[in-house]
Amino acid sequence: MTEPILSATDLDLFYGDFQALHGISLDFDEHKISALIGPSGCGKSTFLRCLNRMNDMIDGVKIDGKVTFHDQDIYSSQVNLVELRKSIGMVFQQPNPFPFSVYDNITYGLRIAGIRDKQKLDAIVERSLKQAAVWDEVKDNLYDNALSFSGGQQQRICIARVLAVSPSVILMDEPTSALDPISSAKIENTLLELKKDYTIIIVTHNLQQASRISDKTAFFMEGRVVEYDDTTKMFVNPDDKQTEDYVSGRFG
Amino acid sequence: MQNQKLAKQLMKKSKTARYERFGHLLSLSALLLIMAIVLGIIIFIATKGLSTFFRDNISFKDFFTGVIWNPGTKTPSGQQAVGALPMIVGSFLVTILAAIVSTPFAIGTAVYMTEISPKRGAKILQPVTELLVGIPSVVYGFIGLSVVVPFVRNTFGGSGFGILSGTFVLFVMILPTIVSMTVDSLKAVPKYYRQASLALGATKWQTIWKVVLRAATPGILTAIVFGMARAFGEALAVQMVIGNAALMPHNLVSPASTLTSVLTAGMGNTVMGSLQNDALWSLALVLLIMSLLFNLMVHFIGRRGAFKK
Repeated sequence: MTEPILSATDLDLFYGDFQALHGISLDFDEHKISALIGPSGCGKSTFLRCLNRMNDMIDGVKIDGKVTFHDQDIYSSQVNLVELRKSIGMVFQQPNPFPFSVYDNITYGLRIAGIRDKQKLDAIVERSLKQAAVWDEVKDNLYDNALSFSGGQQQRICIARVLAVSPSVILMDEPTSALDPISSAKIENTLLELKKDYTIIIVTHNLQQASRISDKTAFFMEGRVVEYDDTTKMFVNPDDKQTEDYVSGRFG
Repeated sequence: MQNQKLAKQLMKKSKTARYERFGHLLSLSALLLIMAIVLGIIIFIATKGLSTFFRDNISFKDFFTGVIWNPGTKTPSGQQAVGALPMIVGSFLVTILAAIVSTPFAIGTAVYMTEISPKRGAKILQPVTELLVGIPSVVYGFIGLSVVVPFVRNTFGGSGFGILSGTFVLFVMILPTIVSMTVDSLKAVPKYYRQASLALGATKWQTIWKVVLRAATPGILTAIVFGMARAFGEALAVQMVIGNAALMPHNLVSPASTLTSVLTAGMGNTVMGSLQNDALWSLALVLLIMSLLFNLMVHFIGRRGAFKK
């Protein structure tokens, strides 16, 4: 049993008086894909955003409990948010490239970190776009506005943009829900490639997607984790009745 | 029998259909009226303004490059003294200087209102900028005359009347225009750009500077052009502080004039159809063409807007 790279312990989250998360404890293993599933509003996206402190921006959010990354408490007041978010990247539901060229999008994270060396930037752009499996489609148009590409291409550009800053964990909030099945399949293949080098935590509404790509699956209901286990077990022989009902499509 | 009844019912002119037609005609006639008025104004100014060149036989070259403005008299070299260059230069100088001074303040204010403290922005700064828009230009001119002109005189020398005073007054007058339009364009930058930037490890400041302002650039440029259009067309307040001497400005504190200030000062003192009168119309034509150009610029920038898909 290896040490988990990222782990949450007894995490509670309140939006004002409303408690959205109740005592979440989850461990995520390195170089694995972990899927978070559950009905809308069950808190899975909220939980995901706790893992790189993106909830900090929202007014009235209060968080109790602990999240550790390589055994470091990320909610400690000494944590450098900039460094944390470089290590734990995030891909959003809606493809959200900046309205700049593909090249400027990919190099954004590097430039704000002070990297100016053109050769180095070029190399990282090529590497990241190749890793995100979009290099062949954009290599001749690197200086075109990223918004001129299709939704699926935009999402893979966004993935490449995260990869460029070399995070060790990538959080994905329903990355394919705004895309057509073919683009989704391309992204799923990309993720399976990426897990060799990265730890991926993905929120998804698509149960087939979770069963296809993830190693472990957590089932969320009403702000609680109902069950967390190997994906094969979760989909074939879950312990909990609610999980069974959900994965077999009886509700949700 | 059944069919005949149905046919009759279908062919009957209903009351709502009449209203529909009436509403259509009403809005169409309103549109036609406005178009006729605008076209009429343009044609009127154009015929009047062009008669300087075609009836009074002043050459375009003398008008646009001459530096002596005293219509009806001759220059020492024997030409008609209708050189409009000093006013054109004056108008452009105050406009560009006012825009240069205003823009950083306006962007700073707008960033504070939208990014840094939206609540305070909405509560305090919004009403303040709206108030600035509502102050009549004669009041701005009066303040300029009694505060700015003495200040410039004591600080920079000269009479105090001139381009610099005009710039100061216009700076305050166009500030709210630029601020409110910049605020609109910053608010139009989608929230997910900011999130993406922060999630990549950018600080708030980096996000504002490198993403928000960059994405909003077309909108901000439009705001500046609108501000410049306002400055270019402002007559009264400028006239009160610029000194109204139709001379090439030697420096920023020497008395000068703009197209608008010469127009307001001169229009009551000329006889319709005389060269003096025609020359003023030519200035008005230049103003009209400039404001059309400003409008074209706005359209051009707007069409190249970055995050319109």
